Amino acid sequence: MKYTLLRCCTTPIVLQQYEWSTNAVLEKLGIGLVDVEEFGCCGYPLRNINFKAYVISSARNLALADRENLDLLTVCNCCYGTMRHIEQLLQDDESIRKEVNDTLEKEGLRYEGDIRPKHLLQVLYDDIGIDAIRKQIVHTFKDLNIATHYGCRILRPSKLIKFDKPHSPSKFDELVEVTGARSVNWLKKHECCGSPLWGVNEELSLDLTENKLKHARKSGADFLCVACSYCQIQYDHVQKILVSRRGPKHQLPSILYPQLLGLSLGIDSETLGLHMNQISINDIELYLLDKAASQD
Amino acid sequence: MFFTVALYTSLAIFSLGLIYKVSTWFRYSLGIEAKNISTPARLFAALRGIILTFFSPKLFTLLKVFVLDVLLQVKVLKQDFLKWAMHMCIYYGFLLLLLMHGLDKIVTSALFPEYYSTVNPFLFLRDFFGVLVLLGVGIAVYRRFILKVPRLRTSPMDLYAIIILAVIMLSGFLLEGTKITSYTKYQEMVEEYTVAADEEELRSLEAYWVAKFGVVSPEVKGPFDADTLAAGKEAHEMSCLQCHSRPQWGFTGYTVAKVTKPVAPLLDRAKASSILLYIHFLACFIGLAYLPFSKMFHIFTTPLSLLVNSVMEEGKSAPANIATIQMLELDACMHCGTCSVQCRVGVVFETLRNLNILPSEKIPSIKALVTGKKLSAEEIRNIQEGLHLCTNCHRCTVVCPAGINLQELWLSVRETLLERHQPEFFVLSPLSLYRGLMQDSLDPDKDHYPDPIELALKNIYPNGIPLHMLDSDTPLVPSDNGLSGKVYQSAQASTFSHCFRCVTCTNACPVVRNYAKPSEAVGLLPHQIMHAAGMGLWDIVFSSRMLWDCLGCYQCQEHCPQGVCVADIIYELKNIAVTRAKEKLTKQAKT
Ligand code: HEC
Repeated sequence: MKYTLLRCCTTPIVLQQYEWSTNAVLEKLGIGLVDVEEFGCCGYPLRNINFKAYVISSARNLALADRENLDLLTVCNCCYGTMRHIEQLLQDDESIRKEVNDTLEKEGLRYEGDIRPKHLLQVLYDDIGIDAIRKQIVHTFKDLNIATHYGCRILRPSKLIKFDKPHSPSKFDELVEVTGARSVNWLKKHECCGSPLWGVNEELSLDLTENKLKHARKSGADFLCVACSYCQIQYDHVQKILVSRRGPKHQLPSILYPQLLGLSLGIDSETLGLHMNQISINDIELYLLDKAASQD
Repeated sequence: MFFTVALYTSLAIFSLGLIYKVSTWFRYSLGIEAKNISTPARLFAALRGIILTFFSPKLFTLLKVFVLDVLLQVKVLKQDFLKWAMHMCIYYGFLLLLLMHGLDKIVTSALFPEYYSTVNPFLFLRDFFGVLVLLGVGIAVYRRFILKVPRLRTSPMDLYAIIILAVIMLSGFLLEGTKITSYTKYQEMVEEYTVAADEEELRSLEAYWVAKFGVVSPEVKGPFDADTLAAGKEAHEMSCLQCHSRPQWGFTGYTVAKVTKPVAPLLDRAKASSILLYIHFLACFIGLAYLPFSKMFHIFTTPLSLLVNSVMEEGKSAPANIATIQMLELDACMHCGTCSVQCRVGVVFETLRNLNILPSEKIPSIKALVTGKKLSAEEIRNIQEGLHLCTNCHRCTVVCPAGINLQELWLSVRETLLERHQPEFFVLSPLSLYRGLMQDSLDPDKDHYPDPIELALKNIYPNGIPLHMLDSDTPLVPSDNGLSGKVYQSAQASTFSHCFRCVTCTNACPVVRNYAKPSEAVGLLPHQIMHAAGMGLWDIVFSSRMLWDCLGCYQCQEHCPQGVCVADIIYELKNIAVTRAKEKLTKQAKT
């Protein structure tokens, strides 16, 4: 299996560990990734202000993946929601498709609609499958409680995003549990992390994040786990600011899913960039057992 | 005489220009902090920095960068072979031509006492280097005008650089060609260098030069018999050989000579070679005098930027030096367009048509800003939009072959522009995330950190005041303004007529639930927005902070029993609010 990888614009500066860990995990699972140098912004941050800018940015990436004739893999919910939205829009609306293609033609691109945008979790769950992943597991976690945070755009709007049941999703939980960790149930699990308002209405953004952390901690979770760059920045970088402003009462470190899975697959913590998280997650290695130990 | 005066004049202009340009690096600045550092302090800091670097292990970094990035230009090679080939041709062709040919009296003669421009290898090399430059110029023209790389812009400055180089090279080739055929030139030479020869000898020498050296003589024409040529050769060997290799080695000039042979006497009489000589020299002088003000200045500034940036350490370098380097960087940009071609939001230019979106086009705008050029409010807003329409992904900085820290430039200028009090609406988007993360270093005292958001909102609210702060007696205009028709950018949006006001969306909204008294914080609640939009109460809708506090998390839409695309509609309302605000600003500017 091979995909083009659409890196999120946020990862090269503040979230390199997401790139590293995704690469390492997918390599281990035998997935090939093609880096398309021309890939650009998915369009998500432009939607508030200008719909056309949003559409063309996204469509261009779809057209580039079309050129490679490979499905497009995203590691960010917002990228994913956007790419799915525009994919649908281009399929449904002939006039927009024509306008987009007229613009893209200038750089020799064309949206054909032959490829699908896919989220990392979707590739792991639907394309590779839990069983195939389980076969590769070499270490399992013991007594580790994880609060899985799905994030908005992998679930909603469910008419468009058909990854999982919007009100009672389970795929991400299963992916977490394959590592031996326990995915706890928690209030507000399916709500937004607060990231879209960071830098715009910070008090509100912090309120929402704090609320999420509070409920995750209440459920007994040791870590949050996410598979979205915006969510992770919010739970890591912004949480650090939150702690400095409002105290460490609800502090809860957050681990990226490929970091968690990577440890189970026997990839070393250096490669997974564990040390690069702002709020330390190094302790998670204490929960690891090797396979022999976990079998008796 | 004329040439000497012209040479010294252009040298003087060049030197003054150089001093002026370098002085701007220490006089102007971009960032807010740098404003308070005096020019002498910056000069001193630079000197200190240079000295400290030279006596530290960083010297090796400098050497490495000099070889790899300046001499071999590996950065460019990695990106685009054609561009690298183009640049190497021009760079080395011109440099060697300048040293061997332009400065021959100073350089070549000193190194090779028996140097004459008309003997090999110099004869061949001059043409070879010239052809290299012309080849590079050709590739540049091909890339810019035929390949049509998307978003690679060509400015008048780029054109000037291409033209001046082409004129210098072509006039040189033509000059060489006309001199080869020129009978006048031949006669001058003969007068000077033949030692007491008789008529017969001169005739055979001329025959020999006509046959072998391309001279076009009005009297002597071929074909010649072997004896004449043998005699001519003998005379040639005696008087001319020591200074003249066969002209075929100067292959461009020789080609010109062959092509222009039929009109050679005409050209000779019209003094074509002296005219061409004037053109050739003038072009060189103009190029020299104008160099500090043109794109060609980058031959100094780009290597400097590469070297300096290789030894800068994030967070450690003195603010005074950062300010100076940022000014140097503005001059180090040679407008190659790599950043614009690779920019992750570059494609947005195709719809918004604001040139400032493209990184390479921001540089001239920023130069205009810092040097205090008068700019209209609209121009400022355009620059500001370009600076904010950026995901801060650092791609431009990574790919810049001049090693310019472009991302830092954008950040610095964005903050300085706040002083101009022009609203920028992209701050109301997730593009602000990076500014939020960097806030402590951008504005440690948080004096003006919230300003851009407040300014943008103030310009969006129809009365400049949010709904929850409006007096109850402020008139709200329930007019349609033809807007209902506009809320249909996507098919989803048309669903808002299905709303039967059950408040499910509002109950599902995490923002609403965050507040004890939500209306006092956000104005209209989601279901009220749907309602008001349906009735055309635009002023109330656009006065609501709710639009901008919407997370886009789709809880409302997911829960709506009627299938109203609440979140999609809110997105579209935001677009309309911004369009209206922008229209208002343009109208204000006109009155
Ligand atoms: C001391 C060296 C020297 C000698 C001897 C010499 N020349 Fe030249 N000649 C030059 C140089 C240098 C140039 C080019 C610069 C110029 O145009 O003055 C030149 C240019 C010319 C040109 C113009 C074409 C060109 O290639 O630029 C002709 C024709 C020419 N020489 C003919 C002769 C003839 C015929 C003789 C022998 C009688 C001769 N020269 C001897 C140095 C010499």
